[in-house]
Amino acid sequence: MSDQTTDRPMIRLVELTKTYPGRTAPAVDALSLDVPEGEIVVFVGPSGCGKTTTMKLINRLIEPTSGRILLDGEDVTHVDPDRLRRGIGYAIQQTGLFPHRTVAENIATVPKLLGWDRTRVAERVDALLHMVGLAPEEYRDLHPRQLSGGQQQRVGVARALAADPPVLLMDEPFGAIDPLTRETLQNELLRIQREIRKTIVFVTHDIDEAVKMGDRIAIFAEGGRVVQYDTPERILSEPADDFVSDFIGAGASVRRLSLTRIGDATVAEDWPTLPFSADASERAAAVAAGDHDFLLLLDDGLPVEWLPSSGGGGLPVLAPVGPDHTLYDALDTMLSNNSDVVVVTDAQGRYRGTLDLPTIQDLIHVDDAAGVPTRVSRSTSRRSGEPR
Amino acid sequence: MSATAPPPSADAPPRRGATARRTAPSPRVWGLPLLLAAVLGGLYLYVGSQDLDRIERRSLNAEYLLSRTVQHLTLSVVVVVLILAVAIPLGILLTRPRARRFAGPVLAVANIGQATPTLGLIVLFAVVFVAWDVRTIVIVAVWLYGILPVLRNTMVGLDQVDRSMIEAARGMGMTPLRVMLSVELPLAVPVMLSGIRTALVITVGTVALATFVGAGGLGDVISNGIASSRDTVLLTGSVLVAVLALAVDWLAGLVEDLLRPRGA
Ligand SMILES: Nc1ncnc2c1ncn2[C@@H]1O[C@H](COP(=O)(O)OP(=O)(O)OP(=O)(O)O)[C@@H](O)[C@H]1O
Ligand SMILES: [Mg+2]
Repeated sequence: MSDQTTDRPMIRLVELTKTYPGRTAPAVDALSLDVPEGEIVVFVGPSGCGKTTTMKLINRLIEPTSGRILLDGEDVTHVDPDRLRRGIGYAIQQTGLFPHRTVAENIATVPKLLGWDRTRVAERVDALLHMVGLAPEEYRDLHPRQLSGGQQQRVGVARALAADPPVLLMDEPFGAIDPLTRETLQNELLRIQREIRKTIVFVTHDIDEAVKMGDRIAIFAEGGRVVQYDTPERILSEPADDFVSDFIGAGASVRRLSLTRIGDATVAEDWPTLPFSADASERAAAVAAGDHDFLLLLDDGLPVEWLPSSGGGGLPVLAPVGPDHTLYDALDTMLSNNSDVVVVTDAQGRYRGTLDLPTIQDLIHVDDAAGVPTRVSRSTSRRSGEPR
Repeated sequence: MSATAPPPSADAPPRRGATARRTAPSPRVWGLPLLLAAVLGGLYLYVGSQDLDRIERRSLNAEYLLSRTVQHLTLSVVVVVLILAVAIPLGILLTRPRARRFAGPVLAVANIGQATPTLGLIVLFAVVFVAWDVRTIVIVAVWLYGILPVLRNTMVGLDQVDRSMIEAARGMGMTPLRVMLSVELPLAVPVMLSGIRTALVITVGTVALATFVGAGGLGDVISNGIASSRDTVLLTGSVLVAVLALAVDWLAGLVEDLLRPRGA
């Protein structure tokens, strides 16, 4: 196991062991691990290796057989569990929403337990609905059954965040959701996390999700042991043992592309562009001047059309990638559009530059050669960023 | 994985129009009381058209019928209240992890209570507990008979509440009592109410047996009819018991609709 202590752990697990009654082998075995404040730590590993058990030990839904749990420096192994839990957000795959309560009532659960007054609760509910991308006026009075799976999960996240707890536990929150929606929800959780900086423990059995979501990843193995606890970069580039390499599977170097957000990557800005309003002679002149097969037409800064220099009609710009996409997404887009270049935009959809296949290939090989990824800016950009 | 920047909400739109509504008054709701009123009206006209003799008149007069109906209802209410007071807490208790293992034996006993013919039970009690008031005997016997549906449905209703939801509730810091009162019971209510409704109907029907130990009720009218071979009296007693049971069932149905948790 690698070094698992940091300066200021929000959650510290000390020699935590859980043996279920009637079992001989422990489900969690002498686990020591620090979760630094404001980071997302992902527990990942095959089924039955004790991820859920460890998470429930943290909020004491399960009592440990031995060991200690420290929350923000305080030993909480023996405090009143109900009080403890009101300060820890909890979201699960099945959502656990109350079907007989409205969305607003569901979100208000913990604030009401804490005795907040009605106006404060109502304001908080609306703010949270807004934060998770659901219009308050439209959704607050619906019942969970009237929501799609993805919307229910959004409400689940809002409910977990309701009383603004410093710590959030999420057990496969997006596990039962279709891939497209899952990606949206992952991105939104990352966006929200940039603003609220919670200490999050996130359980998944999907290594891609772990790499995407985690500031650190704890790889669990059979019997509730953590075999490697490290940053995604180091897990992908220096797996601790065969178990970890097997678990990561093939394609670790390609997967590392998903560690770099396009917003943090250098993009080529030398692709010839032309305003959409340019007339035929201007277009012809631009075609003659450049050596590219296509010109990019911008309408008020928004990429709209590829203009072939060989003449003929323009082709629409398919699927530009934005700052929150990763290099992996860029590669994916190129492959699925059968193209070797992809348009990069800023958050408002305005043209920023282009990325081409050779650049991405280079990045893969640089990573392989150096053994250390090029990702430097992701975690810093997450931690600096907008004010609260 | 797709790079086609999905719109902010790629999720399906909410299913609108599926909003839980309270059932509006409909022919289904008002049909039964109208029918019962018609039956009673018909009975009144029929009895009124008969040339009643002295024996018949002793049973078929407003004062007598009213007093038996009141007796009948009083006995029924006491029994049902006792059933609820025992079966619901017992059902809650037996679904707690620690008391789970008693669930089987208790249900077995409740099953015996229901399988035993109530008339036999009443007579048996009357013989064994000679000192008891006749009404007590009836109440205890019918109570034993009606416990099972409420007990069983309370347990089934609580058991079908999603475990992961209860765990989520605990995980947010709700106390077990709070989880019980604001999550488990509200969600178990529909199943519990259908058990209670069954118990109500059973009780109102079975209290007719009270007449055999002299505890009154509408059974008196029936047994008068049998003892004196007056079919009009027998018919009146039977129709009144049936109408009463159906009316109670109808009322319970209304309450059921009213208490069903919204959205669930
Ligand atoms: N309540 C329980 N009683 C007994 N054994 C249990 C209980 N809950 C879990 N276990 C056992 O503990 C081990 C770890 O289970 P846990 O649910 O923590 O795994 P997990 O890593 O979350 O798996 P998954 O990815 O499938 O959710 C398993 O062997 C499981 O059988
Ligand atoms: Mg699990």
